[in-house]
Amino acid sequence: MTEAHSNGVVVLEDVRKTYLMGSEQVHALAGISLKIEPGVFCAIMGPSGSGKSTLLNLLGCLDRPTSGKYFLAGNDVSKLNDDELSELRLKYLGFVFQSFNLIPQLTVRENIALPLFYLGWDAAKSAARAVELAEMVGLGNRINHKPSELSGGQQQRVAIARALANDPKIILADEPTGNLDSATGEQVMELLKSLNESGKTIIMVTHEPDIAAYAGRRIHMRDGHVEYIENV
Amino acid sequence: MFKLERLRLRQNIELGIKNLMLHKLRSSLTMLGIVFGVASVIAMLSIGEGASKEALEQIRKLGSRNIIITSIKPVEDRQAAATTSFMSVYGLYYEDEQRIREAFPQVVATAPIKLIRKEGRLFERALELRVVGTTPEWFELVKRRIVAGRPLLPRDIDKSSPVVVLTEYGARRLLATEETIGQLLRIGRDYFEVVGIVQSEEGGSSGIQMPDQEVDAYIPINVAKQRFGDIFTLVTSGSREMERVELHQLIVETATNEDVEPTAAGISAMLQRFHKKVDYRVDIPLALLRQAEATKRTFNIVLGSIAGISLLVGGIGIMNIMLANVTERTREIGIRRAIGAKRKQIVIQFLVETVVLSTIGGFIGILLGVAIPLAVTYLAKMPTVVTLWSLLLSVGISMSVGVIFGLYPAIRASNLDPIEALRHE
Repeated sequence: MTEAHSNGVVVLEDVRKTYLMGSEQVHALAGISLKIEPGVFCAIMGPSGSGKSTLLNLLGCLDRPTSGKYFLAGNDVSKLNDDELSELRLKYLGFVFQSFNLIPQLTVRENIALPLFYLGWDAAKSAARAVELAEMVGLGNRINHKPSELSGGQQQRVAIARALANDPKIILADEPTGNLDSATGEQVMELLKSLNESGKTIIMVTHEPDIAAYAGRRIHMRDGHVEYIENV
Repeated sequence: MFKLERLRLRQNIELGIKNLMLHKLRSSLTMLGIVFGVASVIAMLSIGEGASKEALEQIRKLGSRNIIITSIKPVEDRQAAATTSFMSVYGLYYEDEQRIREAFPQVVATAPIKLIRKEGRLFERALELRVVGTTPEWFELVKRRIVAGRPLLPRDIDKSSPVVVLTEYGARRLLATEETIGQLLRIGRDYFEVVGIVQSEEGGSSGIQMPDQEVDAYIPINVAKQRFGDIFTLVTSGSREMERVELHQLIVETATNEDVEPTAAGISAMLQRFHKKVDYRVDIPLALLRQAEATKRTFNIVLGSIAGISLLVGGIGIMNIMLANVTERTREIGIRRAIGAKRKQIVIQFLVETVVLSTIGGFIGILLGVAIPLAVTYLAKMPTVVTLWSLLLSVGISMSVGVIFGLYPAIRASNLDPIEALRHE
């Protein structure tokens, strides 16, 4: 670990991601350097095609950069294999998606406990933890419901509880309010804000300025570059 | 680290059952292939086992230490008989028995059999009898149970007593009972005292002549020779045919199983010297037994292959459904991968699901596979034997089918790109 990224939970050094579309090379990310310190609430903004989803996938260790370096909590992601990437996600990351992405056949409790299953927790301990988290997001009375029996806002709160189960360093949120009406969207954002206040780093992709307003730092992207960064 | 690497089998099995229960109809239909595959393996093997067991039993009854020499009419005599009135002389001689006894010390017992067809009359009841002239040793060789009275005894031979032993079946046909013992049975123009009734031979489809499927009357062989002679007249479709046969069959028992084959070869060589024509056949039940066992193996292989094919079809059915399942649950796979599931864990999840499916199918198949032979035995009166090894084999096969046909869909599931999988609708 070098001096440059010792104080950042996320450090990108000239990260590029190139896709081959037919015979043409498409630079989804054209050299991004970035540092995000622990405890920051960060929004990534930009028009569609600006590379913000690609960036989030890279940050989420679901993909590897074509070139450049990505350090997540001091680990050089670009050198890791598939199993090691899985382990990194399991240890450090929690995901919140636009379409909630709960597993339909599992109950609220089982959905929340999913990361604990892969962490190797025993059933009783992880069930207790799941109930605790469900209560925290205000769904303590819904633990045996299936996702289809919940409203969109409730489902997203379950997803947030699941993202918290492994006690991650970073929560990655991809348009977390995109499928919600503005009132429920606000509730979800309040929840994320309170998580940030309790110390979680949050990185969120959004194109809505109202939603981005919750973030203390806003990274504006255009054509695979960071256009400018706003700090509030 | 070790904790992370554990297979978490119990949870995976619970999860698998839960997923299978979500689509009860689909899971049950998928299972049917395995159910019928396993059931057919067990049913076919048990029916095959039962059939061969019956055949082996019959051969065993003939005695594994026995050699059976049967008189047969030579081919040239048969042709001659067709053209002209002709007396064919063939078969074993009375002296053959004596020669065999003297030449082979390993022979411990012999029983000659002379067959004569005569009308028999007991009180008012008249029937065509098959008169069997033999010696007391025959009763020991075939190990027949005495139902009433006594078998033939050496003194009957010594005194040339006109006595007769009936079989249970023959006695029934003649309306003879225990009280009949001591009564006189008229055979041809002579009277014989009924002295005993022996158990009948059961079944009898092994292809070997057994002097006990008709209304048999056992009399001392020397009496048979004196009263009825050696010449028989057969009337067949208008032409009269004469035959002179001394003995129809000779059963030879050796001391040990190892003696059977060399003794049979020795007897063949000896008979060849004393008989101008090949008018006899030497059968070895032990050899037939071996042959029957070889046939049984072939039979099992054939039946097993047929059942194997149905299991294969069942396995392909499972694979088909699991592939559809993987496609349907692409997003779930993406979610699990994003959360931190390794490829291996996805493989195990789907593999466990298939193995659970095929194992449950296997157990249902065992129940059905045991029920079918029972029904066959009950309805068709066919013997069946369900062996433990066929059950174990079936469980093993159904689990292996689950692993083999589940592996490809599971690997396919694990190789999905998590980003693509999450985008999947």
